[in-house]
Amino acid sequence: MMDMQRRDVLKKGGGVSLLTLVVAAGWLSPGEALAQAAAWNKAAFDTKTMEETMKALGGSMPAQSKDITFVQTPDIAENGAVVPIGIESKLPGTESITLLIEKNPQPLAASFNIPAGTEPNVSTRVKIGESSDVYALVKADGKFYMAKKEIKITLGGCGG
Amino acid sequence: MADPMRIRVAERDGVVNVKVLMSHEMETGQRKDGSGKIVPAHFISKVTATHQGKTVLSANWGPAVAKNPFLEFNFKGGKKGDKIAVTWEDNKGETRTDETTIN
Repeated sequence: MMDMQRRDVLKKGGGVSLLTLVVAAGWLSPGEALAQAAAWNKAAFDTKTMEETMKALGGSMPAQSKDITFVQTPDIAENGAVVPIGIESKLPGTESITLLIEKNPQPLAASFNIPAGTEPNVSTRVKIGESSDVYALVKADGKFYMAKKEIKITLGGCGG
Repeated sequence: MADPMRIRVAERDGVVNVKVLMSHEMETGQRKDGSGKIVPAHFISKVTATHQGKTVLSANWGPAVAKNPFLEFNFKGGKKGDKIAVTWEDNKGETRTDETTIN
């Protein structure tokens, strides 16, 4: 069963790169491509626990890799509503970087596809409800790797 | 129509650094308003950045991305005068595209 899901994910991955080629060839405008890249994985974004999220993404928690690092990411964030997070992967053939926040109501926060030529290094800002482990999941050469970091929050980002 | 994005690009030795600041509520769907009703989720779910029409980064986001989202990345092969466009689409189907050139 697990293998089947994995296969699906791989297939989808293949679809995305084909789409990139189509865009490069000028057949589709970026706007149209965006609509087609509708692979917004609702099932995965809706999951409530890390386990479910990993399942929806097509696997179990992969091994930790020292080649994935958090950059400009605080150990303690005063304001959980705006926590800067940067993820850098040194793994060759990095295809995607996914950010998961374990204790958020929905752990899956963001997922970035990295086409060839783009550096596997992205930064953004997220909301973190309470002190939590944050996972960077990297897909490189078809395999998943991860790194994690604990971020302490002194003021939550999800309250009313 | 949502407010424009702020896109800042800087090129150095062929590597282009792109910083984007979008203007969006990024409502999580967890928060309650004054009368105790849940404020429905409203967030940017898809982002695509292109360089001369070629996708250099695409992202899927959930509501955990902070209000007025910030995004930074680097790609190779850009030169002065090239066009960078960023498009987002939110979960209500609203979309916005802004462009800039490398200078």
